[in-house]
Amino acid sequence: MNPASETVFQVLQSVLVVLIAPLVLGWVNQCRAWLQNRSGPGIWQPYKVLNKLFHKDAVLAHNASPLFRATPYILFGCMWLAVGIVPVLATSLPFAPAADVIALVGLFALARVFVSLAGMDIGTSFGTLGARREMMIGFLAEPAMLMTLFTASLISQSTSLVTIVETLGQNEFIIYPSMAFAAVAFLMVLLAENARIPIDNPSTHLELTMIHEAMILEYSARHLALVEWASSLKLTAYFAIGFAIFAPWGIARAGDWIGLLIAIGALVVKLAAAGAGLALLETVSAKMRIFRAPEFLGTAFLLATLGMLTHFLLEQ
Amino acid sequence: MQPVGAAVTLSVIWIGLGIAGLAFARAPRVITGVVFPAGAAVALALAVTGLWALGAPASSAILPAGLPDLPFHVRVDPLSGFFLLLLGGVSFGISLFSCGYFRGEGEQRLGLLCLQYHVFLASMAFVLIADDAYLFMVTWESMALSSYFLVTTEHHSEQNRKAGFIYLLIAHLGALGILLSFGVLHGGHGDYTFDALRQAELSGFWATAAFLLAFFGFGAKAGMLPLHAWLPEAHPAAPSPVSALMSGVMLKTAIYGMVRVIYDLIGGIRWEWGLTVLLFGAATSLFGVLFALMQHDLKRLLAYHSVENIGIILIGIGLSMVFIGSGHPVAGVLGLVAGLYHTLNHAVFKGLLFLGAGAILKSTGLRNLNEMGGLIRYMPHTAFYFLVGALAISALPPLNGFVSEWLTFQASLQAPLLESSVVRSLVPIVAAVLALSGALTGMCFVKVYGVAFLGQHRHELPEKPRDASGWERAGMIWLALACLVLGLLPVLMIGYLNDVSRALLNAGLPDEAMASGWLWLAPTSAAQASYSPIVFLLVIAAVFALTFLVVRLVYHGRLRRADPWDCGFPEQTSRMEDTADGFGQPIRHIFAPVFLIRREIPRPDDPQPVFRQEIEDRHWNWMYLPVARFIEVLSRHIGKLQQGRISVYLLYSFLTLIALLVFVQ
Repeated sequence: MNPASETVFQVLQSVLVVLIAPLVLGWVNQCRAWLQNRSGPGIWQPYKVLNKLFHKDAVLAHNASPLFRATPYILFGCMWLAVGIVPVLATSLPFAPAADVIALVGLFALARVFVSLAGMDIGTSFGTLGARREMMIGFLAEPAMLMTLFTASLISQSTSLVTIVETLGQNEFIIYPSMAFAAVAFLMVLLAENARIPIDNPSTHLELTMIHEAMILEYSARHLALVEWASSLKLTAYFAIGFAIFAPWGIARAGDWIGLLIAIGALVVKLAAAGAGLALLETVSAKMRIFRAPEFLGTAFLLATLGMLTHFLLEQ
Repeated sequence: MQPVGAAVTLSVIWIGLGIAGLAFARAPRVITGVVFPAGAAVALALAVTGLWALGAPASSAILPAGLPDLPFHVRVDPLSGFFLLLLGGVSFGISLFSCGYFRGEGEQRLGLLCLQYHVFLASMAFVLIADDAYLFMVTWESMALSSYFLVTTEHHSEQNRKAGFIYLLIAHLGALGILLSFGVLHGGHGDYTFDALRQAELSGFWATAAFLLAFFGFGAKAGMLPLHAWLPEAHPAAPSPVSALMSGVMLKTAIYGMVRVIYDLIGGIRWEWGLTVLLFGAATSLFGVLFALMQHDLKRLLAYHSVENIGIILIGIGLSMVFIGSGHPVAGVLGLVAGLYHTLNHAVFKGLLFLGAGAILKSTGLRNLNEMGGLIRYMPHTAFYFLVGALAISALPPLNGFVSEWLTFQASLQAPLLESSVVRSLVPIVAAVLALSGALTGMCFVKVYGVAFLGQHRHELPEKPRDASGWERAGMIWLALACLVLGLLPVLMIGYLNDVSRALLNAGLPDEAMASGWLWLAPTSAAQASYSPIVFLLVIAAVFALTFLVVRLVYHGRLRRADPWDCGFPEQTSRMEDTADGFGQPIRHIFAPVFLIRREIPRPDDPQPVFRQEIEDRHWNWMYLPVARFIEVLSRHIGKLQQGRISVYLLYSFLTLIALLVFVQ
């Protein structure tokens, strides 16, 4: 394997995923519209929104600190790194060893802390409300995510996502009971972390129920565009992590061009299915009261921990 | 000259500086301008000595001091070297900060303060190099006493005196445990040098007794649950640089003592001991962070975080003991390295955070988070360094706190090696607790930073707060840099820690792990786990710069300033923001059974309603107060012996003599 083609693959994957991330969001929204018997804005709508936002003049509160202005860029950088590390299209990428699953969870935590701080920076009532709720969701979702990933790590004896994909993808198909627990927990975390129903509603602007939207209320124009783009990247990254652990098929090795074509095809199919599934899930469930969210995530945390225990008790 | 000679010389210079401070008590400028900087220089030299000792073989000496026939033995091996590096490195920053912080302190106090401060530093250094139980206990006690006087610096306040009393009480309980542990190890033969204690052959029961005594003895000093009660009282009472020293360095001497006595002197570690340490560590870390989230006094909050971090260190050490006890030394080394690395990291970032709290306290006079707000606009430098510390303690990559938590997780993922299925399934639960407390720490520091530095200011201050002075900034920069370097170049420090464990356990990390080079951290092998903070940081920085440029090139960088929008609500006052207590409300709600909450809710028709809420530590009610009451009852009965008449006392002496004659024939 020559390093040059690995680097090409690395760049290709990062750029491609960053470009298609808004499309994933557009697809989810479109599916939701269809399921709700609406015609929907079309799957290209997120690009139009981003373009519009980038054109506008940024409006900044008088007392905004540098932290507030830097956060969208930091957030975007974190999410770009995340999709660079996760084997979306190919394994053995040069950046992949820079962070294993624990560092990946840390990366998401870093992004969350910065957004929450930015939410508190202006000192508005909604900003702090959003930050408080986001951290409340985060402190339960983060360990649940970590436990889910540990279950996969224990099976493949590695915390490196690449090794996890290679071990789980190349073994003959075995259903691990622990992975069933992990999958449910992961789904719950995915919903919570990406501000989806039943925890949060991405399309709400009803003041009292919003979480993620409340934090980024003061952002406008290019800052808002970057934050929104980063959110769609985060959703894509979560999908990709889910695929890597629970459906690790069709991922190419870096340098294998035919494999890459297969990987792109597999990715499109998987993303389409996952997006449609997410839309279905969001259509059939209702948003929870905020006080129920800890129960929901506590269940995810317990399930993930149970998954790990199951691995120790049954699978060794 | 050997490391041991240098360490002794430097410690003696520290004592000399303290005495000089007392001599120049009338000239505060000399103290802050000469004595404290000189103390900082000594600290730096001590850190270099520690670094030197890490790579050198153990060197020992006998000091011409102590009692006749009972000279002081000193010895510096890689373990001591590592802790000397910690002591020197962290106290360098704190002493620099002190040069600015103590300026303007009252004349009379400053001389005494300087003496106590430097004696405190010197006695910590002697604890680390002591090589016999006698010197160890003497310096341990002088460390406790000098810090007691520092805690009660502001002795006019009743609360501070009480805090000092509790501190002294628990410190002595701990010292008693340590003393008894040395006694058990000694077993009535030979002398009290560590060499003799190391040779002692103990039966299983006595070895466990020695372990338990040492564990709880040192645990009391470290702030382990349930002996943590002194910590949140004593840390806020002390002047901020002293809080930084106590939390950053003094707690670590307890970790040193624990590692020294358990790994080195007792030896023959059993996995049951490891499990004890592990479970206490997990409970301590979760409890610490939950209580930290309930605090609104910044220094008290930081003190509870020290409790939490001691828990994390104990988790690392406990994992290491479990693995060593079950015959897996390589995984054991990983746990030990994780624990020791977290010890250093905690010293650095907690020192930094306490200094930041001190800078705020000095310029605004505030300790209560609920009265702060918007400080980033007045104190941008302090705000930046505090942010580094807050991100580091929240275990966020690419800073140092993350590295040690990452290593601890890696150690816990070695659990499949263990034979006993009970232990094997307990380890992942501990990992889950660690993950939970790490995430809660993130929440807590969003609260601290958001409430103190961001938002609108909640309190009209008489004058505009000033940013930290040059000396103070220098101290914080040093520690913030240390956070960054320890986070970005973990492999270098882990190489040194590997030497420590080779000297201590005769085992190290696999060669493969150390062969990946300085850029890649891979504790077992690159296929199992790897992490490269530098690549991590570079990618984020590159994307940051790239996005910044591309957005400006393709679109534009126009910016307007306006009032905050906030969904169109006019009149945003600071009373609409979350207070520190408001931010912690979800935790209070979710973990309600953990806390003892006292609420006072006003009647609906109250014209001047006051809502009051206090959160108390349950340990006071079920542990401390019953013991205190029992001792009071006991002493009341014993007090009956005291008649105040000389004839009665003579009778006692007479009875004692008879009893002795009967029993000791």
